[in-house]
Amino acid sequence: MKDFFDEHADRKAWMSLLAKAPNGRVSALLDGAIERPAFTWLRAPEIGSAMVRGRAGATGAPFNLGEITVTRCALTIESGAVGHAYIQGRSKADAEAAALVDALMQTDAAEMLRTNVLEPLRKELEQAKATRAAKAAATKVEFFTMARGED
Amino acid sequence: MYVAVKGGERAIENAHAWLAEERRGDTAVAELGLAQIKEQLKLSVDRVMAEGSLYDPDLAALAIKQSRGDLIEAIFLIRAYRTTMPRFGSSKPVDTGAMACDRRISATFKDLPGGQVLGPTFDYTHRLLDFKLAADGEVPETAMRKADAGHVPHVTKFLNQEGLIEESPQDDTAPPDLTREPLEMPANRASRLQALARADEGFTLGLAYSTQRGYGRNHAFVGELRIGAVPVEMDIPELGFAVEIGEVTLTECETVNQFKGSKTEPPQFTRGYGLVFGQSERKAISMALVDRALRWKELGEDFENAPAQDAEFVLYHADNIQATGFLEHIKLPHYVDFQSELELVRKLRREAVSAQVQEAAE
Repeated sequence: MKDFFDEHADRKAWMSLLAKAPNGRVSALLDGAIERPAFTWLRAPEIGSAMVRGRAGATGAPFNLGEITVTRCALTIESGAVGHAYIQGRSKADAEAAALVDALMQTDAAEMLRTNVLEPLRKELEQAKATRAAKAAATKVEFFTMARGED
Repeated sequence: MYVAVKGGERAIENAHAWLAEERRGDTAVAELGLAQIKEQLKLSVDRVMAEGSLYDPDLAALAIKQSRGDLIEAIFLIRAYRTTMPRFGSSKPVDTGAMACDRRISATFKDLPGGQVLGPTFDYTHRLLDFKLAADGEVPETAMRKADAGHVPHVTKFLNQEGLIEESPQDDTAPPDLTREPLEMPANRASRLQALARADEGFTLGLAYSTQRGYGRNHAFVGELRIGAVPVEMDIPELGFAVEIGEVTLTECETVNQFKGSKTEPPQFTRGYGLVFGQSERKAISMALVDRALRWKELGEDFENAPAQDAEFVLYHADNIQATGFLEHIKLPHYVDFQSELELVRKLRREAVSAQVQEAAE
């Protein structure tokens, strides 16, 4: 049961990473790492939306906040592995690249792709986040109390 | 009787061609690119996404360019585009407690864990025109400092050990969706929050301000205001698990409101909530104040006849696309309607005159 769960956790992590990549980035990394395999569409890239929900008072009952654009597709490669993509935005080419990575991560190429696609992408996104966090930290107020009066 | 009038086609075509030319403006001036709008008019983009109710900065930038900077027109374009897309599903409720905060302040608690983080704010600027911006694009280097690791928890969470602040216990009732079913009264809080999240900023601001001036006063403090990115996670049925499908920047405001207690509730601080796409604290604070005003019934408060307490008034007039559609339709041809009104006024006049004549004769 634990193995089953872990397997999902791993795939969930890479799909989540691919979904948030900047435009064209997954394609560039994928093409730099490997020659794209032949594939068959199970679901051609399709642009749609997802309703984003929030919670009243941050923790209470859910409400519909508004939608985001999402592109999804599914394909199968020769080994029989099925790759899915659900990525933010409206780039069909990016969805195709993300689904190919998802399929290839289920083959012997997994470790190579982890090193050459997923890790660089994860580092780039982390770096961007760290830079913003550091800029925010520099705007943190350092209160000090001034002593007033004689005593 | 319906009378079709033809003959406008050429005029309309020519008007649209001229519109395109006017949109472009002087061709000696460089054309505005979508990337420039997205990067340099980001708060306009944010407003169009929030009120257009669709988070896609590229589309919002295109809408702003197409509408010549008329943001309500841009919002209209986004709303129209939105209806053409299939809906893949609904996200899990976003966890704003896990937000990567660019800004996070509290007006009620000075020394809150995580600190007062100002972020890229207009506050404390002198509101003097900066002519350097007209001259060049030089920007000073931004300072950086080592950030603390980990999430920044919500203020109310750890400052509520005494139980003096109303809780928002978790509840997983599926919310109604205004984009699928029309708004019905009485509207529950989930419907109200959805309507307010996409409501016109100016209208929401005006209503919120009216509560501060005494029309349904609820003594709001900004308990916490935060702006930053949160991941959006959705269950993918064909996979059987949830993945993050993207990330959105949100502005969240929680107000803490003085409350003397009522027949049903003890004296405590109550809360209003605002959550908006993008960076827009004016809208988020306004939304929180109006949300709180609309909660009068569930908190056992009196209805003071204040506009901001009246859900029907607020929710049926807050949408700027609905309002614009109905308001602006009166400029379109109403020749036949007007003709019949004209006939009516003429008839009333004739009757009035003949009545006078008769009176004079008697």
